Amino acid sequence: MSLKTILLLIPLLPLAAAVIAGLFRNQVGRAGSHWVAILGVAASFFLSAWVLYLQLFGDLGTLNLSVYTWMISDGIHFEVGFLIDHLSTLMMTVVTFISLMVHIYTVGYMADDPGYQRFFSYIALFTFSMLMLVMANNFLQLFFGWEAVGLMSYLLIGFWFKRDSATAAGLKAFLVNRVGDFGFLLGIAAVLYCFGTLDYSEVFGAANSVVGQSVTIVPGFQWQWITVICVSLFIGAMGKSAQAPLHVWLPDSMEGPTPISALIHAATMVTAGIFMVARMSPLFELSDAALSFVMLIGALTAFSMGLVGLVQNDIKRVIAYSTLSQLGYMTVALGVSAYSAAIFHLMTHAFFKALLFLAAGSVIIALHHQQDMRYMGGLRKQMPITWITAWVGTLALIGFPLMAGFYSKDSIIEAVHASSRFGSEVAYWAVLLGVLITSFYSFRLLYLTFHGQPRYTVDVGAGDHPPDGVLQHVPHESPLVVTIPLILLAIPSVVIGYMTIEPVLFGGWLTDSINILPHNDTVAAVGEHFHGALAMATHALGTAPFWLMVTGFVLATFIYMIRPAVADLLQQKMPRIHRLLENKFYIDELYQKIFVNRIINIGDVLWKKADAGLIDGVMVNGSARLMGNLAARVRLWQSGYLFQYAFVMIVGLIGMIAFWVML
Amino acid sequence: MLTLTHFLTLGAMLFSLSVAGIFLNRKNVIILLVCIELMLLAVNINFVAFSRFLGNLDGQVFVFFILTVAAAEAAIGLAILVVLFRNRQTINVAELDDLKG
Repeated sequence: MSLKTILLLIPLLPLAAAVIAGLFRNQVGRAGSHWVAILGVAASFFLSAWVLYLQLFGDLGTLNLSVYTWMISDGIHFEVGFLIDHLSTLMMTVVTFISLMVHIYTVGYMADDPGYQRFFSYIALFTFSMLMLVMANNFLQLFFGWEAVGLMSYLLIGFWFKRDSATAAGLKAFLVNRVGDFGFLLGIAAVLYCFGTLDYSEVFGAANSVVGQSVTIVPGFQWQWITVICVSLFIGAMGKSAQAPLHVWLPDSMEGPTPISALIHAATMVTAGIFMVARMSPLFELSDAALSFVMLIGALTAFSMGLVGLVQNDIKRVIAYSTLSQLGYMTVALGVSAYSAAIFHLMTHAFFKALLFLAAGSVIIALHHQQDMRYMGGLRKQMPITWITAWVGTLALIGFPLMAGFYSKDSIIEAVHASSRFGSEVAYWAVLLGVLITSFYSFRLLYLTFHGQPRYTVDVGAGDHPPDGVLQHVPHESPLVVTIPLILLAIPSVVIGYMTIEPVLFGGWLTDSINILPHNDTVAAVGEHFHGALAMATHALGTAPFWLMVTGFVLATFIYMIRPAVADLLQQKMPRIHRLLENKFYIDELYQKIFVNRIINIGDVLWKKADAGLIDGVMVNGSARLMGNLAARVRLWQSGYLFQYAFVMIVGLIGMIAFWVML
Repeated sequence: MLTLTHFLTLGAMLFSLSVAGIFLNRKNVIILLVCIELMLLAVNINFVAFSRFLGNLDGQVFVFFILTVAAAEAAIGLAILVVLFRNRQTINVAELDDLKG
């Protein structure tokens, strides 16, 4: 097979699998659909790994491949094409691997669901969309992938469409993403306006030509074109990667099935924004203002969303807020020009956060779709594999030395420390305190779920829909299709950071895709103190992030293991703070008041006045009524009396003659 | 001295009378038929008068045709009238409103 065929097969195999599993779901059956989807994605993963292998050990360099020209309009080429460099290969491999794990896991998780084939079709289609996004070599295809993953996210959040809350959450995700996508589309339009092309390499090559050019959008303010482009593109990333204040959809997206939360809302789709900014590094590097904006938004998200995660009781929501916070870390890294650190954290986070979500899903299966941690506890005995893998994921998440998350998160913190960009001190404190918060909520989750005494009771005769905290039978470990993906994800969660920090961060492996101006290069500044992965781990024992992490561990252990009463006491002592956090800073309520209610009111007026009143009332029914009224009068003329008809005829005749005579 | 104007005036008066008869009459279909005959005769007077004063016989030829048609029409009209009366037991014009939709 030629390389081009391989590259084409990578996205097309999941697409074919989606078509077969979706359109021919009755022909292939349940087992057929999961085999088709798993094989398609597995083949896609192995081919991606093969491309990665060629780049690592072969002589495959950057490949810019145009596959198909859709149209040429006014000299602008609209193409489908692949840009295969180290960045996209890394993303392809991570995406297909996580997707494969989630596909296998789904066999167990969705085993009794009536929408089994539909689900496999959707996730395979999602994999296709995500691959199109990361492999794109032009903005048009990027936008296609961007919207397609958004669509799949919408469909999968609302997968259980009979639940009102699920459809509402899907709609919310879609609408909030529209806000971001509007900015994204404006950014692409600005790129097209400034550069006259949508091709990455041409745009990046000409990037320097727009520096210094300014534009007046709001009268009285001169803005740099490059800043306008970058901020607009980043607003798209804020929607997709759920950065404050467009983060509100991600916690609600937990209404979807757990495999989706792992695949789309933790590991892959939400990182598309991070990937996009890293891909656009040649543009972002030219605008310090845009990068400062990126950094501050990331810092705000990383800190505040972690705080909200402290008080959530739904196991998936805790992890969702953790995801928001970690995405904030990646965004901060982008903001200080540490693109490779952001991508590195993206990769490690994909493994351990998918692991945590799938472990949570395993617990949810065992407890018959009970997600409230207040009714869990003590599950470590019944579910040893889930318990151990959840520990591994947690240690990776909090950045325990030698684990994957440690390398990526510490690198980000160091890079922020090394940065001298406007606002970097604030960001530094945000990410530093974020470590404490991360550690605390992660251990809280572990303790409440797996340790302590069970807070549920087992009642065999409880019926099909027992009340909260009552189970029909004792929870047991999940089947192999669930635990094997957990184990396969736990392995990279441990080793991937240790193995890859040197090439990815400091070895310049990503330099073919990422362009950093020398005076901005914070990763290189961090790299000066880097003496191997092991030395970094031992050195960490004397740094602030490590001790903050330990503090979080100690606090959580004290509050949730040794003195459980402290949690309630704290809640009573600080009711205002607790209420503020429990209500997620009232941002949803704020949006409800400012935007949603007003739009509903406007819609109400348009519906009642414009649609029902003007269009239906006046134009459609009005013309019918006019004709009816007219006819009701004219009808009286039809008396049936011949003499009247004759009279009318004669009057008419006289009238006509008179008319001619007058002429 | 009788002029063309006198004849035409007579014709017009007869025609107007018959038209008025058609739509003022609310009682009897026979009167309708008579009015139609009268209308034709009014036209005939015009023809004859023009024929006489223009010295052209074509108009008088026309009158014969019209009289023939009028006779035939009267015959058919009376026949219809008989059938109508048999069916409806009336020839009152005000009651003949079957054309009403």
